[in-house]
Amino acid sequence: MESKRKYVIPGDVITTGPYRPEQNVILEGDKIISTVIGISEIFEDSIKVIPLTGKYIPKIDDLVIGKIISHTSLSWELDINSCYVGFLPAQDVFGRDFSAHADELSSKLKTGDLVAARIANFDRTRDPLVTISDRDLGKIDSGHLVKISTSKVPRLIGKKGSMIQIIEMATGAAITIGQNGWVVVSCDTPEGLLKAKKAIQLVDEKAHVANLTEQIKEMLEYKGEL
Amino acid sequence: MGGRDSTLVLLDENGIRCDGRKVDEPRRIMIKAGGLKNADGSAYIEFGDNKILVGVFGPRDVHPKHMSNTDTGILRVRYHMEPFSVTERKNPAPSRREIEISKVIKEALEPAVMLEKFPRTAVDVFIEVLQADGGTRCAALSAASVALADAGIPMRDMVASCAAGKAADTIILDVNNEEDQAGQADMPIGYMPSLEKITLLQLDGVLTPAEYKKCVETGIHGCKIVYELQKKALNDKYFGNGEK
Repeated sequence: MESKRKYVIPGDVITTGPYRPEQNVILEGDKIISTVIGISEIFEDSIKVIPLTGKYIPKIDDLVIGKIISHTSLSWELDINSCYVGFLPAQDVFGRDFSAHADELSSKLKTGDLVAARIANFDRTRDPLVTISDRDLGKIDSGHLVKISTSKVPRLIGKKGSMIQIIEMATGAAITIGQNGWVVVSCDTPEGLLKAKKAIQLVDEKAHVANLTEQIKEMLEYKGEL
Repeated sequence: MGGRDSTLVLLDENGIRCDGRKVDEPRRIMIKAGGLKNADGSAYIEFGDNKILVGVFGPRDVHPKHMSNTDTGILRVRYHMEPFSVTERKNPAPSRREIEISKVIKEALEPAVMLEKFPRTAVDVFIEVLQADGGTRCAALSAASVALADAGIPMRDMVASCAAGKAADTIILDVNNEEDQAGQADMPIGYMPSLEKITLLQLDGVLTPAEYKKCVETGIHGCKIVYELQKKALNDKYFGNGEK
């Protein structure tokens, strides 16, 4: 419902009436008020605001790119570009027979390593628990890290992955997008890598532009020097 | 607070104040959202001759750890005046006045900021007064609110702030430095325009109950003017020139 979208800032009354407040809105009396800067969307019975700024807040089942910042004898700590640190238990990597005496954590993942991980559990009482034991998850051996704003991740993915497919097809790069705004690009050719990185940065800069997909296509098809 | 400076005419016979404004006219206000690259959110305000820069960080880890709260996030505010912000060099160490204003601004922002969404974290607000000319706490509070919104911190409402006061036996809007020094009362007000709630109200001076009521109303009127400019600042940064 395009016509019911609206730009809002905190305190803006989106509408009044019997709607269910969802993301980033509060109900005050019968007024529905936005709590962030963003774009409001009214559905049949609910209202939400897509934020345009703000830090990454972990959500269960999100794929994130994390960087190992430290480890104890039982677990690693991951920087996941959020206000909380990711907690990766050693059992997750070594399996059930993990022993704190015999296994050395730094033999598998060292400080500074990048991993693709999934948020396994998170609530307000504890730091997010992440896992890397799944297909496509685990240590990232090669590629370039591009950092974009968290709020622009959905734009980079596009409707049903359209935007990211366009970039991958045109450059031959493999792109892993973390919901936390960290993106890993790997490509066999240096030209493809540069082009893909440039395209991702362009999405980050121009996320609000209406005909962004065309602009990206144009940029990718351009054969000359970037 | 009687008239200290008898030579200064605060209000002439035509109802024009010492800086050429009418009684219900605020100073020139300019607010800009963003501008600092390394802060999560920032804002710059020019409120008459006041120039204030605000940077916001967070939500982020709390250090020292014992300050963190497992139920909610915490808000920390530092209001600081630069040594060159006033005519005579100000000692950069935090003064009694700056500590008070930091606390007052913190408490004025707390009802708006929804920190309960981020337990065990802190949101830090750093306010630097580059140039001061009376009414810095109001200007700082208005800018801090814009910077918090820019940082993407959920808020129930913006907090707009403006002062009202009494000089030459008349209720005036937006007290400047001269009127503050020589006037009879100064009342800074912080206001959440959509929720219609007051978050800050101080009063320095003596007012009758009728004057008090009028002063609050005048101040709220000023807050609404500031609110429009806060909206404009955020719209300009995020939505460009009214696209869509």
